[in-house]
Amino acid sequence: MDGSSALDLILAGDANLFAIVRLSLLVSLSATLLAAAVALPLGAFVALKPFPGRDAVIVLLNGLMGLPPVVVGLLVFLMLSRSGPLGALGILFTPQAMILAQTILIAPILAALTRQVIEDLWTEYRDELSAMNLGPLASVGALLWDARFSLATIMLAGFGRAAAEVGAVMIVGGNIDGFTRVMTTSIALETSKGNLSLAIGLGIILIGLVMAVNAIAWTVRRWSENYAG
Amino acid sequence: MRDRASDLPIAFAAVSYSAGPVMILDRISLMLEPGAPTALIGPNGSGKTTLLKLAMGLIQPTSGRMTWGGRSGGPPVRRAFVFQKPAMLRRSAAANVAFALSAAERSADRATVNALLEQVGLGARASRPARRLSGGEQQRLALARALARNPEVLFLDEPTASLDPSGTKAVEDIIAEIAASGVKVVFSTHDLGQARRLAADIVFLVTGRIAEHAPVQQFFASPASAQGSAFLRGDLVI
Ligand SMILES: Nc1ncnc2c1ncn2[C@@H]1O[C@H](COP(=O)(O)OP(=O)(O)O)[C@@H](O)[C@H]1O
Ligand SMILES: [Mg+2]
Repeated sequence: MDGSSALDLILAGDANLFAIVRLSLLVSLSATLLAAAVALPLGAFVALKPFPGRDAVIVLLNGLMGLPPVVVGLLVFLMLSRSGPLGALGILFTPQAMILAQTILIAPILAALTRQVIEDLWTEYRDELSAMNLGPLASVGALLWDARFSLATIMLAGFGRAAAEVGAVMIVGGNIDGFTRVMTTSIALETSKGNLSLAIGLGIILIGLVMAVNAIAWTVRRWSENYAG
Repeated sequence: MRDRASDLPIAFAAVSYSAGPVMILDRISLMLEPGAPTALIGPNGSGKTTLLKLAMGLIQPTSGRMTWGGRSGGPPVRRAFVFQKPAMLRRSAAANVAFALSAAERSADRATVNALLEQVGLGARASRPARRLSGGEQQRLALARALARNPEVLFLDEPTASLDPSGTKAVEDIIAEIAASGVKVVFSTHDLGQARRLAADIVFLVTGRIAEHAPVQQFFASPASAQGSAFLRGDLVI
């Protein structure tokens, strides 16, 4: 019964539901793009450039992949609260705060995986690119381009992690109805209120999105194998 | 391209190369002159690959001096290298050649790319992903990429090591053609027949030293060194 009424909500294009899904996508996509803008160059840099403490940085990045979302939420909460270092921004309990938290959550994942992919490719290409007398900048360009399918998969993984987490957005967004409520936080709330039909409807959509992301990742992989090797 | 100063001859003067405490090449003195191909032969681990990389300028001697056309150093603009296991860029065959052309600051237009692919018999494979090509095709694609540099000297490290007889024949034919066009070819090989077929002179390496450097007929008819005779008999023991 709950399941069918959840389906009704989806089929009826319920406006409230639509707004929640929209915000989820907006926050997690923004976070993925922001994290990628920082993490891809950082990962490539760590992969290619020897510097003191490099091993420590690699271990740190790999370790940070497992950051618990609630801890990230707490950290960002402290930074953004009125007395925190970024309190002046006044963005606590806004979608911007949620984007910031998810960016911090997934940036280490993107950086660590990018570092691995680029380093492996560099091991393979190094002699070849030196023999072509290619400069450092052009070499980085070639590596990023040739890793493009792996990097796309990495970004999809980051997006999946961001869209599925609840702890960070709950703490820094506050789950405000019509403003900072996203799929995961409303599933938690509606379930606790006993409003299972909306919770199930959102759950179905969330799973559908995760499936879609994986389908895209898989298609990209297949396509790349067939057309670019 | 052709009007730049020549890289030939390539001269090694008492060149040694070591990795840590391990002496890989020991006081090599050698002239690589313009003309017909030079073959490097010698047992596994004798230093053939290392010598080729030094001549290309990919690594620097630990001691001794190297010159290219009388000059020391300079970027390997007129030199090209085909590695024993060439890395294929994750792109089509044509895009691999186009990439090599751009890296050499040459125009990567379709006609030039196609001409290079035709030269190595890969005209029909232009749009295939390079990493999906067979071993022999990849080796030929690596040759096309090397030719994209319009080289004066071409280094080939065991160009047919992993190929079947027909693949070997195809690659040898291309190498012979390249050599005939005036490019100096320097290659290493385990295949004594190949050395005989392609080379004019033989550099015979044993444990990092040149045991013998002789014209090809002379080396195969009557090697001057005892190690040379033993190697040709197939019972050189290190
Ligand atoms: N970077 C390196 N560090 C340590 N040893 C090396 C290195 N490069 C080559 N060697 C060693 O030097 C010797 C000669 O290597 P190489 O030039 O590849 O010989 P070949 O091509 O004749 O088989 C081998 O024993 C190899 O293990
Ligand atoms: Mg070798």
